[in-house]
Amino acid sequence: MQLADLSPRRIAQRLAVGIDGPLLTLSLALAAIGLATLFSASYENPARVTAQVGNLAVALAAMWLMAQVPPQTLMRFAVPVYLIGLVLLVAVALAGEVVNGARRWLHVGVTRFQPSEMMKLALPMMLAWYFHKYEATLRLRTFALAALLLALPVLLIAREPDLGTAVLVAAAGFYVIFFAGIGWKVLAGLGALGAASLFPLWGMLHDYQRKRILTLLDPSQDPLGAGYHTIQSTIAVGSGGITGKGWLHGTQAHLEFIPERHTDFIFAVYSEEFGLVGNAILLALYTLLVARGLMIAANAATFYARLLAASVTLMFFTYAFVNMGMVSGVLPVVGVPLPFISYGGTALLTLFLGIGILMSVHRHRRLVQT
Amino acid sequence: MRPTELKDHQRELYLFQLRVGVAGVAVLIAFALLFARFFQLQVVQHDTYAAKAEDNRISIVPIAPNRGLILDRNGVVLARNYSAYTLEIFPAKVTDLDRTIQELGEVIEVQAKDRARFRKLYAETRNAESLPIRTRLSDEEVARFAANRYRFPGVEIKARLFRQYPFGALASHVIGYIGRINQKDQERLEELEVEANYRGTDFIGKAGVEASYQQELHGTTGFEQVEIDAAGRGIRTLARTPAQAGNNVTLTLDIKLQEVAEAAFGERRGALVAIEPSTGGVLAFVSKPGFDPNLFVDGIDPQSWAELNNSPDRPLNNRAIAGVYPPGSTFKPFMCMAALELGKRNFKSAIHDPGYFEFGGRRFRDSKPGGNGYVDLYRSIVVSSDTYYYQVANDLGIDAIAAFMAKFGFGAKSGIDLEGEASGVLPSPEWKMKRFRRPEQQKWYAGETISIGIGQGYNAYTPLQIALATATLAANGDMYRPHLVSYIDNLRTGERRQIEPVLVKHIPLKPENLEFVKRAMQGVNKEGTGARAFGDAEYTSGGKTGTAQVVGLKQGEKYDEKKVSERHRDHSLFIVFAPVESPRIALMAVVENGGFGARAAAPIARTVLDYYLLGKLPEGLLKPAPDDEEDAESD
Repeated sequence: MQLADLSPRRIAQRLAVGIDGPLLTLSLALAAIGLATLFSASYENPARVTAQVGNLAVALAAMWLMAQVPPQTLMRFAVPVYLIGLVLLVAVALAGEVVNGARRWLHVGVTRFQPSEMMKLALPMMLAWYFHKYEATLRLRTFALAALLLALPVLLIAREPDLGTAVLVAAAGFYVIFFAGIGWKVLAGLGALGAASLFPLWGMLHDYQRKRILTLLDPSQDPLGAGYHTIQSTIAVGSGGITGKGWLHGTQAHLEFIPERHTDFIFAVYSEEFGLVGNAILLALYTLLVARGLMIAANAATFYARLLAASVTLMFFTYAFVNMGMVSGVLPVVGVPLPFISYGGTALLTLFLGIGILMSVHRHRRLVQT
Repeated sequence: MRPTELKDHQRELYLFQLRVGVAGVAVLIAFALLFARFFQLQVVQHDTYAAKAEDNRISIVPIAPNRGLILDRNGVVLARNYSAYTLEIFPAKVTDLDRTIQELGEVIEVQAKDRARFRKLYAETRNAESLPIRTRLSDEEVARFAANRYRFPGVEIKARLFRQYPFGALASHVIGYIGRINQKDQERLEELEVEANYRGTDFIGKAGVEASYQQELHGTTGFEQVEIDAAGRGIRTLARTPAQAGNNVTLTLDIKLQEVAEAAFGERRGALVAIEPSTGGVLAFVSKPGFDPNLFVDGIDPQSWAELNNSPDRPLNNRAIAGVYPPGSTFKPFMCMAALELGKRNFKSAIHDPGYFEFGGRRFRDSKPGGNGYVDLYRSIVVSSDTYYYQVANDLGIDAIAAFMAKFGFGAKSGIDLEGEASGVLPSPEWKMKRFRRPEQQKWYAGETISIGIGQGYNAYTPLQIALATATLAANGDMYRPHLVSYIDNLRTGERRQIEPVLVKHIPLKPENLEFVKRAMQGVNKEGTGARAFGDAEYTSGGKTGTAQVVGLKQGEKYDEKKVSERHRDHSLFIVFAPVESPRIALMAVVENGGFGARAAAPIARTVLDYYLLGKLPEGLLKPAPDDEEDAESD
């Protein structure tokens, strides 16, 4: 009987079903770099590396599970997950826990989590479902409603305030709308409108958010306050040079000049120790990952799968771009982790769930090329 | 219908793939831009950022040099360093200073005066990294604090070198003291462009030799390159340039002689300067009362400061160089010399002294009622005839007197190696013109010249000036710049820098005149006003007593010591050099409100000379002579 066949080879084959080799290789390569960098950044607390290995195991399991779920099944969860996410965001706004001046956390029994995190996947799923449903009749009105679906969670998250996550969630939603085929002219018009609305938007920003943007323009204005992160991480990157100072030899990192060096600013540690060469390798890995994701999206079987896969892929890109941009001092400091590398279980879980979705889409791709 | 739908699907897919392509290109462009930024940071600007990272990482920690020692001429240490533990507060790291100090008091004794001193330091010292709340901790206290250290972030125990003055108040005005560098000191260091060498140094000489030889005593600051973390904690030492200790400064002063001199003063106020005539080296330098310089070392507490500052005895005032006194009759030998040199008198010039000199309808009284009878030039010094010198002054005129006295250094800074020297007043019409504003005050009256002749009137000189003039007379007109430091040792190179005697000038004086004046001064100590103090001395000496009026007497008013309050009594002065044949010491002593020069100052001078020339130590304190009217010789 088939069930009785428990040879390792058979188990491996069974496990490998639905797993995309290139995606797994790339994400594991990135995760490995992450662990090595984390080891260097957490020399004073090696337990963190162990914890991250545990996080990685959980995330891989979640990825495997996700890869087994066909996109059609996933689509059925789109609306409820989105609605639950929305309700939870409202709950956060009403009864969330305040940490460091921001209301982001929700207590659930013994643990607490950030509902905004689940929106990173829930929103693109919802929008992809929405466009899939109205695939035949895509009009401007359809896009307007999509924009509303996007705006609701994004505004709730931005109000927490959590600018970084809001930007990421908004980007994920925007990518779906973009791939759904919104007209270039409309896009250009929206772009102009967005630029024009920057001015009133400035007035709505929290002081610390404004300060971060101002500090980005001139970090030296506040070298020990808001500018400190950027100045120190830029020094770390710049002092890395072409080949870097060598693993475990970054002085900026090891003498604790880089704040949040194991989470949002881990790229500064990496860049200081591995230099321009290391950065090129990292960029190459991300490029390959994005390329693979876009390829999967291009060959997806359904409109839903296509939109979701493309959006998730560009989300990886957005994480990487925003994070590296802020560490190297060209983008404002927003709380965005470096995908697969920054320490943190939730982010890793979201990312590998995304990988799982891509794998599932790939498995159920169009078999006949037209 | 179906083909259209299919076509739509085709079109849709094509559209989608186009957008995927656009997205792919956008991603590539975005990553290329990032790479360009990395290239800019890591290749183009690498040197800048590498330097910044090094700056971050490496802190230059100064190592303060050990201050040089101050020694007396025989190598006795007068100022030294000792290592002790202090409890220091880093104000920047402490949120609630009062509470921290309060809680520290539960672990280690913190007295009210420690608190007051800390407050004072905190207010005065800007940007100080740490300030001591307690000094000189015992081993037990160190252990007790160490056990409780976790309770006090921003409080640390430091091992520091402290200055110590083993002789306490003895020679305090010579040695001086050190104190914390204040804003004014800092500005001065910056003016001298030596502030870099003072990084890590908290203390600086404030008075005495500590101040005037600050640059010698300080040494060269060393540096340590320390790797630090973001919190500024030292991780390890990368390189080290050791500090070079300051030079040892050896004085011309003999501390034993100084001790004898100060003991001779007892509780009386006054000053004494003893000079080696052939070099200008200062052998003893007294300003009484003194103060304990150790009080200043770790910041004087406000109470002690107020006591020193508000005392009517003015212990912080260096009387020997900053106090000015009328020379009284100690001026007469110089007047005598002027009269001889300028040809206004010869050895035989004599007068009959009726006890007063009349000028312009005014009587200038002699201090001896009824006068001294027949007085020749020799006796004019020996018996100290006022009448004689009223006439001499009148005959010489103020311009000649001022010009002659200026040669002996009266009214001019001597250039001694101490800060804060006063000029005194050598009266002259020019001086009066400058000193006063109203025309009637600016005019010099001939009558004013008369009292100048006996060292009164506007005459006002520092004890050092009078001592220097005496030494110059003793050295036959050679004036050596008075100095306190004999040589400076550089311990590192072993080099010894001798402070060579500086001959400021040679006053050309006729040998026979010199011989005469010295003989007359010898007469003073043998048979004149100094005989009671020096008559039985085993060496030859030439002296002159002096009594300086503190309050002016009205015409016809008689000075009665018992009627005037203690602080209005006359100052007692004495100048002397010995041995007469080849003087080894010349000194001037003044006892404030001590009465006749023969009574208070002369015995002190005798004690000092006895010790210096014979090695004779006095038995206990010298008592002032009995107060009998008969004995009240004029001087």
